[in-house]
Amino acid sequence: MAKKFVAMKVNGKAVEEAVEPRTLLIHFLREKLNLTGAHIGCETSHCGACTVDIDGASVKSCTHLAVQCEGSQVLTVEGLANAGVLHAVQEGFYKEHGLQCGFCTPGMLMRAYRFLQENPNPTEAEIRAGMAGNLCRCTGYQNIVKAVQYAAAKLQQDQKVAA
Amino acid sequence: MNAPDKDALDRMAALQGLGDARLRKEDARFIQGKGNYVDDIKLPGMLHMDIVRSPVAHARIKKIDKSEALKVPGVVAVLTADDLKPLKLHWMPTLAGDVAAVLADEKVHFQMQEVAVVIAEDRYAAADGVEAVQVEYEELPVVLDPFEALKPDAPVLREDLAGKTTGAHGPRDHHNHIFTWDAGDKAATDAAFASAPVTVKENIFYPRVHPCPLETCGAVASFDPVRGELTTYMTSQAPHVVRTVVSLLSGIPESKVRIVSPDIGGGFGNKVGVYPGYVCAIVSSIVLGRPVKWIEDRIENISSTAFARDYHMEGELAATPDGRILALRTHVVADHGAFDACADPTKFPAGLFHICSGSYDIPAAYAQVKGVYTNKAPGGVAYRCSFRVTEAVYLIERMVDVLAQKLGMDKAEIRAKNFVKKEQFPYRSAFGFEYDSGDYHTALTKVLDAVDYKALRAEQAARRADPNATHLMGIGLVTFTEVVGAGPSKMCDILGVGMFDSCEIRIHPTGSAIARMGTITQGQGHQTTYAQIIATELGIPSEVIQVEEGDTSTAPYGLGTYGSRSTPVAGAAIALAARKIHAKARKIAAHLLEVGEADLDWEIDRFHVKGDPARHKTMKDIAWAAYNNVPAGLEMGLEAVHYYDPPNFTYPFGIYLAVVDIDRATGETKVRRFYALDDCGTRINPMIIEGQIHGGLTEGFAVAMGQQMPFDAQGNLLGNTLMDYFLPTFVETPHWETDHTVTPSPHHPIGAKGVAESPHVGSIPTFTSAVVDAFAHVGVTQMTMPHSAFNVWKTLKATGLAL
Repeated sequence: MAKKFVAMKVNGKAVEEAVEPRTLLIHFLREKLNLTGAHIGCETSHCGACTVDIDGASVKSCTHLAVQCEGSQVLTVEGLANAGVLHAVQEGFYKEHGLQCGFCTPGMLMRAYRFLQENPNPTEAEIRAGMAGNLCRCTGYQNIVKAVQYAAAKLQQDQKVAA
Repeated sequence: MNAPDKDALDRMAALQGLGDARLRKEDARFIQGKGNYVDDIKLPGMLHMDIVRSPVAHARIKKIDKSEALKVPGVVAVLTADDLKPLKLHWMPTLAGDVAAVLADEKVHFQMQEVAVVIAEDRYAAADGVEAVQVEYEELPVVLDPFEALKPDAPVLREDLAGKTTGAHGPRDHHNHIFTWDAGDKAATDAAFASAPVTVKENIFYPRVHPCPLETCGAVASFDPVRGELTTYMTSQAPHVVRTVVSLLSGIPESKVRIVSPDIGGGFGNKVGVYPGYVCAIVSSIVLGRPVKWIEDRIENISSTAFARDYHMEGELAATPDGRILALRTHVVADHGAFDACADPTKFPAGLFHICSGSYDIPAAYAQVKGVYTNKAPGGVAYRCSFRVTEAVYLIERMVDVLAQKLGMDKAEIRAKNFVKKEQFPYRSAFGFEYDSGDYHTALTKVLDAVDYKALRAEQAARRADPNATHLMGIGLVTFTEVVGAGPSKMCDILGVGMFDSCEIRIHPTGSAIARMGTITQGQGHQTTYAQIIATELGIPSEVIQVEEGDTSTAPYGLGTYGSRSTPVAGAAIALAARKIHAKARKIAAHLLEVGEADLDWEIDRFHVKGDPARHKTMKDIAWAAYNNVPAGLEMGLEAVHYYDPPNFTYPFGIYLAVVDIDRATGETKVRRFYALDDCGTRINPMIIEGQIHGGLTEGFAVAMGQQMPFDAQGNLLGNTLMDYFLPTFVETPHWETDHTVTPSPHHPIGAKGVAESPHVGSIPTFTSAVVDAFAHVGVTQMTMPHSAFNVWKTLKATGLAL
């Protein structure tokens, strides 16, 4: 199949690769760029294990073509920590035991990262609705809710300090 | 003894040992996208394998044409059963003593069965190749109902077994019959029923479900033709057993087979067995001399890998008029699908189903289970439970509810009346299990008080009296006992290997340590909790103890992680390996302090001279000395290995209570409250226990309220994607309340019993108990799972309670 060049920024770094037009973004990230944090759980965009952030929106990369990302800014779980300092959502998942097998975690973190920008001070019901596109088989979600609450509080605290 | 001083308390806290809610050591890699799951593994020159699967459930294969597939760019090879025949690998033994087709040999037995594999340069080319393989089928009549399968004129499903009147578990009396297994005293039970004043009988169907871990199954096989060595990374809950099987099948010496279970994205029983995909990836790598990766997609996972349950249970209880249970009798027809691939200890084709006398002191009991072939995928694994324990607990808990309804008794009262009493432990059940410890009455009282059970019943009575109430209210109660930690090798083996488990601990000169285990974590947090056991035993901080599992070349042989066996079996191996080290450390300490061993006391992290705490040597001091200054005649080094063969199973228990509100217009069920009290004996890490319980309750909620694998008349599985198969989201999942009591196991070195499966086993009947309870006042005794809105609405309609 004829290949097509696609250029985008992934975790702040410019990448340009020749791909088959049918290449899914998740395979592009995992196999071309060796960013194996995002996972494939269902191929039907139900489970959210493949969630990444594209131009300020949560996207399920298992049903998104790499060529659709031409010129985009893509952020994956590997780009979440800043200079070795964990992002508040990562810290929250660790502190509140928001993960077990870890397979859904990269997608959960990327969704939580975006969700807390959409709604910095959510209620529990809002967290549950806002995160409902990501499935977890291990935790029963209760501790993930706490993790997101932890991150929300921390991000607000950080903002206050900055202001 | 004096109260420990602050220094001692600080030293104890620094260990983060038993009982510490220590944060998880695993998390750093997972939260930064640095986990290492099978699909993350990429080897130089690696090929990709994809599978051609049958679109029909029962058919003869007339012809397989590979020619077009081989023309697809990137396709390297296509293999069918005919290619595997010279290697005698077209069929493989199952864990249950049957054989299963690796690639369909002349016949397909279920929809989505593996027919051929395509190996290509990348996964897209492999998928293209799969599309291009042409298979001609001649369809045969399909048998989906195990009762139909046993009729005299039912189609013969397993032609390969023609004439075999004996299977792995005794005589076969029909061509679709696998085994009949029984337990208990039939004569005594029948006699008790014959003379009992009260009897109840109920047909209970436990539908087929799938464990559906978020990561599907897969493997990366890499055969090195020069060294003659095979390395396979795979999603296995039992890598050592797989190595033995691979060696036996391939003829490669076990010393040249290395199986690695890297990080596993959830198992829940789905990753115990050996699937055709693994075998084909290995064969492909051997044949082609290059690494081969196979990763299942979700549809393949749900359609073809091990299902759970599918038990048609007839339950009966005999009792006195005041609710004392006299006998239990059950007959089960078990749908095992096309091949008997249940993952049970060899001697138990129905697993430990005979735990079905539950938490109750029942004098006589008898259980019979009949295994049957149908045109469905094989499996019958323990989905987050010990072998068939979920089915057993469901049966007894439903039957106790049914008896209470018949007698007009409260379901808490009838349970308390029949509980095995605290002073009866160790208690031998009518089926011969020896329950190690329990205190059911205390736990029940704690739960009933916590939820104000009386007030709930009063509220329900008021609701029932109000004809305008928009919702029905149901209260579910389950008081379960599990049997986990398989198991004593005199009873339990897999393929002849006793179900022990193992631990090897090595203390380094500077006082840090590594422990290698025969188990493999899939989210349970072994790297965190195992270290805590060692920390308490040896006085070394958890933080400096590395735990490694899953690589058969470095870890001691073990039977793996399933059936809540890691803590009961491997956890005991850890404690006992640590105690061997402790004994040697004492000798070294005595040598260093120039006293006799008997003159030393152990205190948290050190030995000190009796009565003189200032004269002491810490474990860190001793570790250093072990490599340069040991007493004459003692070996250098500080390490130990222990293979633990448990003397008995462990018997965790719990009391679960649920309150549901059912919308009379829509049938939607809202779980208002779920209170789960668990007793898993000694608690290693309360944070992890709570997490395991939340997860198990949520999986139980999924099974009870929505999971199903319906088939149409042609054997098509209707619902093999996450579009149809119910995995609860954040939104449906109830809020969980947890509680505990602690009744240590007397025979386990640290008293721990195992916990991760209790919430799945216990919660499922609790939901059913609650939903049925909402209809109890109109005489409903049974509703088949899942309790989806539509199913519940049908009961509302049938009982005239629909709005």
